[in-house]
Amino acid sequence: MRGDQINLQNVIARSATQVESPRQRDGGVEKVTKLIDVSRCIGCKACQVACAEWNDLRDEVGECVGEYDNPLDLTPDTWQVMRFNEYEDEQGNLEWLIRKDNCMHCAEPGCLEACPAPGAIVQYANGIVDFNSEHCIGCGYCVSGCPFDVPRISKQDHKAYKCTLCSDRVYHGLEPACVKSCPTGSIMFGTREEMLHLAEERSDFLHRRGFENAGVYNPEGVDGTHVIYVLQHADKPEIYSGLPADPRISPLVDAWKGVTKPLASVAIGLAALTGFFHYVTAGPKEHGEEDEAAVREDDAREREREERP
Amino acid sequence: MSLAKSDPSLQRYSVWNRLNHWLVAISFVLLVLSGLPFFHPFFWSLTALFGGPTMTRILHPWIGLFMTLMFLFMAIAFFRESLIRRRDIQWLRQIRDVLANRDDKLPPVGKNNAGQKLVYWIMLGCIALLLISGLLIWQPYFAGAVPITLRRLASLGHAGVAFLAILTLIIHVYSGIWVKGSFQAMVRGRVSWAWARHHHDLWYEEEREKARKHRAISSRHDTPTNRQESP
Repeated sequence: MRGDQINLQNVIARSATQVESPRQRDGGVEKVTKLIDVSRCIGCKACQVACAEWNDLRDEVGECVGEYDNPLDLTPDTWQVMRFNEYEDEQGNLEWLIRKDNCMHCAEPGCLEACPAPGAIVQYANGIVDFNSEHCIGCGYCVSGCPFDVPRISKQDHKAYKCTLCSDRVYHGLEPACVKSCPTGSIMFGTREEMLHLAEERSDFLHRRGFENAGVYNPEGVDGTHVIYVLQHADKPEIYSGLPADPRISPLVDAWKGVTKPLASVAIGLAALTGFFHYVTAGPKEHGEEDEAAVREDDAREREREERP
Repeated sequence: MSLAKSDPSLQRYSVWNRLNHWLVAISFVLLVLSGLPFFHPFFWSLTALFGGPTMTRILHPWIGLFMTLMFLFMAIAFFRESLIRRRDIQWLRQIRDVLANRDDKLPPVGKNNAGQKLVYWIMLGCIALLLISGLLIWQPYFAGAVPITLRRLASLGHAGVAFLAILTLIIHVYSGIWVKGSFQAMVRGRVSWAWARHHHDLWYEEEREKARKHRAISSRHDTPTNRQESP
C-alpha cells in the first residue's frame, strides 16, 4: 500500500486557502499523537534507520566529527535525528540527554500559516501536518514559519521536506516506522487521549524515581503538538539540545501572514478605484487656451527684442 | 516660428530616458504580477501568466534584479531634477488645489513637481529595501545562509515595502492618465510649450531662455538660410 494516494477528504487545514477544505470524512477520526519518552531512550538510532528505510531516504554518508550526532542536523534526506547532550546537573552529576528531533506536528502549524502555495501543506483530521510536495514551489516560507526549525529545502528539487509522521502508514492503520523500530518502548503511538494519559503516568513514575521536575512537553504556544515528549527536566527543555521552552509562531510571521495582507489587498483595489472616481469627479488636468495665448505673447515679445538692431 | 502651436515641439525626455523608463515600468508590472500571488492567495491565478507557481517563484527575483539595475540608471539620470526644494513643500501644502485642478493657485513648478519628486524618492527607497530583503529570502541561493529572524523580518519587510511601492505605482500611473500630455511626454519625449507653461512654469522659462540663447548663437554663426525654424 506504500505510496498510495493518501486520504485528502479529511483535511482540516490547508495552506493559502480561504474556503473550507474537503473534510467530509473527518467523522469519528481521532487525533493521534506520538509520545517520545526521553528517559527510556538509549540512543540506538534504530528509529533513524527505520525512517530512512520506510521513506526511501538515503542521505549521503557524512564525516564523523567526534560526536554521536550523526548526521549533525536534519536534512532533506534525514527527517529525524538523535541529538545528544552531556548535561551536568546542580549536584555535578552527568546526565546523557538524548532527544529524537523531528517535526512536532503542531496543532497550530507555523509552516502551514506561512506557506503561500494552496494545498502544499495540509493538516488532516487526525492532526498530522503533511507536505504535499507536488504543490510545493520551493519558496522556503515554511522554514520561516516553523518555530522548531524543522523543514529542509532539497538541493535536488528545491522543495521542502520533513517528517510526515508516516501519514501513509497511519492512514492504513499502522504506527509510524520509528515507533515500530524502537527496542525500548521509548517511542509510542496512539490516540491523543491515550498518549497524554500515558505521558502523565510516565512523568509520575519519574517523579517517584527522584526527577522532581519531570513532565510532559506539549507546548501550549502552538496549541499543543502531536509529537510530545516526556522529559526528566521539563522545567528546562533547552538542555535537550535546544528544545524551545515556549515555542510559538513568531510575531513577525503573524504580522506578515495575519490580517495585514487581506487589508493591504483591499487597499490596493481601493487606491485604483479612488483614481478612477477622482477622474470622474475632478476631471483631467489640462492646459488651456490662456497658456497658448501666453506662449504666443512670449514669442512676440522675444521676436520684437531680437529683431531690434 | 511661433512656439504656441499645440503640437509637441519641446523635448522633455530623451530617447534613453524613455527606453529606460519603460524597461523599468514593464519589469515593475511583471514584478507586481509575479509577486502578488505570494502576497495573498487571492492573486494565486496570476502564477499562470508565468508558466506556473514554481516558475513564478524562480522568475520573480531575476526580474527584480533586472529592474533594480534599470532603476539605478534612471535614478542617476533623474537625480538632480528630483531634489526637493522649498517651493515643493508649499506645493504639497496645497495638494487640495492640485487635486481639484485649481492650477492657477499653485506655486511655481520646475521640471518636476513635488508629487513627481516624491515618487522618485519613495521608489528609490522602496527598491533599495526590496533588493536587500529580496536577496535575504531568495531560494535556493541565499535564504539558507540567513539567520531565521532576519529571514522573517525580510519576508515581512519585502511584503510591506512592496505594498507601499504598488500604491505609489498606482498613483504614478493615474497621474499619467490624469495630467493630459504627460503620458505622451514619456512615450514620444515631447510636450507643447503651452503644456510646459501650464504644468511646469519654471522649467518653461528655463527652456525659453535656453532657446533664446541658442537662437542668439546660431544667428551669429549661421547664414539666414539654415536658421532653425523653431528653437
